[in-house]
Amino acid sequence: MDELIEYAPDLLAGFAENLKLSAVCGVLSLIFGTILVGIRVSPTPVLRAAGTAYVNIARNTPLTLVLAFSSLGLSDQIGLIFSDEPSTNGFWLVVLGLTAYTSTFVCESLRSGINTVPFGQAEAARAIGLTFLQSLSLIILPQAFRAVIAPLGNVMIAMIKNTTVAIAAGYLADVAFVMKDTFDTTGVSIPIFLGIVVAFMVVVLPIGFLTGWLAKRLAVAR
Amino acid sequence: MPFTCITLTTMTENGDATPLVSLVGVNKHFGALHVLKNIDLTVDRGEVLVVIGPSGGGKSTLCRTINRLETIDEGQIIFDGTPLPEEGRALARLRSEVGMVFQSFNLFAHKTILGNVTLGPMKVRKKARKEASTRAMELLDRVGIANQADKYPAQLSGGQQQRVAIARALAMDPKLILFDEPTSALDPEMVQEVLDVMIGLARDGMTMVVVTHEMGFARRAANRVVFMADGQIIEQNTPDEFFTNARTDRARDFLSKILTH
Ligand SMILES: Nc1ncnc2c1ncn2[C@@H]1O[C@H](COP(=O)(O)OP(=O)(O)O)[C@@H](O)[C@H]1O
Ligand SMILES: [Mg+2]
Repeated sequence: MDELIEYAPDLLAGFAENLKLSAVCGVLSLIFGTILVGIRVSPTPVLRAAGTAYVNIARNTPLTLVLAFSSLGLSDQIGLIFSDEPSTNGFWLVVLGLTAYTSTFVCESLRSGINTVPFGQAEAARAIGLTFLQSLSLIILPQAFRAVIAPLGNVMIAMIKNTTVAIAAGYLADVAFVMKDTFDTTGVSIPIFLGIVVAFMVVVLPIGFLTGWLAKRLAVAR
Repeated sequence: MPFTCITLTTMTENGDATPLVSLVGVNKHFGALHVLKNIDLTVDRGEVLVVIGPSGGGKSTLCRTINRLETIDEGQIIFDGTPLPEEGRALARLRSEVGMVFQSFNLFAHKTILGNVTLGPMKVRKKARKEASTRAMELLDRVGIANQADKYPAQLSGGQQQRVAIARALAMDPKLILFDEPTSALDPEMVQEVLDVMIGLARDGMTMVVVTHEMGFARRAANRVVFMADGQIIEQNTPDEFFTNARTDRARDFLSKILTH
């Protein structure tokens, strides 16, 4: 218990990094996931094929590899630099990799949501003269979102937990890194372990409850 | 027996006698199935055309080619003097001038009744919300649903939903409204309320293409009945002539079935 109290400030600072990553990646993945699903259902075959290829590759690659690629491949080899400050650069490389990965799950959730929207909705939208993008953004996606709030909540929960592999992109600041670092000096500490578990539960459980509640409240009656 | 073409030219106030819609040699296949076979058909301005015929005969497909919800393989469709655009913004603009009322209503499930009627005018015609709402309320009043404007489609009966769908189509000030079996999904007691709205529209001079088996509507409101089977127009005539004196065996046989049931 003493170690947990002693290292609490370090651990909390680390956990704050996880929360920062979660917030930024959460927003960006929702945006890019939505764009991606638009591409996946677009009327242009080339776009659709490109979207499908991207989703299948990113989604089926282990996250540690995605992050390692964003750091070792994109940054070190190709020279993608967000900032001269290594820790800031590392942060954005994690954001890049984690967003690229999580967007595909957002996309696939939304796509299953689109499948719950009756075909007649899109036809009626087209029949009053809405363009493809208008039909998608005004009619199809709003209904698709409401149908998949709970699954999207799960995607967000997985993403929050996935911030603990930030270390794979060379970002040495999150709580998992601080924990390992602490263990190197104090030895393995069960209380520290449990403390981190509790911290994640405090964040993740309400998201599960909230999205479950929203899913019921916002369900589209047919 | 070849079908006879009868032209019932209805002159509108502006005196334009060119047809609003004309289909020339239209062919359409679904894979190996030939659903529209050499269709020639015109719809005059202000005309109410009823399309009748056995299920699977191609009536819905015909209706849907007119606003290009279905593409055609061959032939030409001319709407208001110009061939139907293939795609893109021009096609969206064409569709905004052709209203469509579906068998299954297809009201936007996540929008209120008012929201359903104002969406097109606001997003397609770029009207201000206030102007669109005022007009929408007038139309909802006309179809008898004004007091339900804040409800969602699922809270309304089928007959009410279909009347809202008609108001949604009218809100775009269409030159033509297509109705694909608008009363077929309704409980019997709700059929008349929808037909009454449609009869009112016909009286006001709206150009309408109506796929329906409601003979009462056809007799009261239609200028012409087109009988379709196996992807072909078998015969066309005035409603009275068609229902009392059908010329083809196919039509007589079909009429005897819908009359006895
Ligand atoms: N999207 C489609 N794909 C394949 N076949 C279709 C499709 N739509 C209609 N059909 C077929 O085309 C024929 C005509 O259908 P339809 O126009 O709906 O006839 P109707 O409205 O007169 O009942 C039917 O045999 C139907 O099964
Ligand atoms: Mg049909």
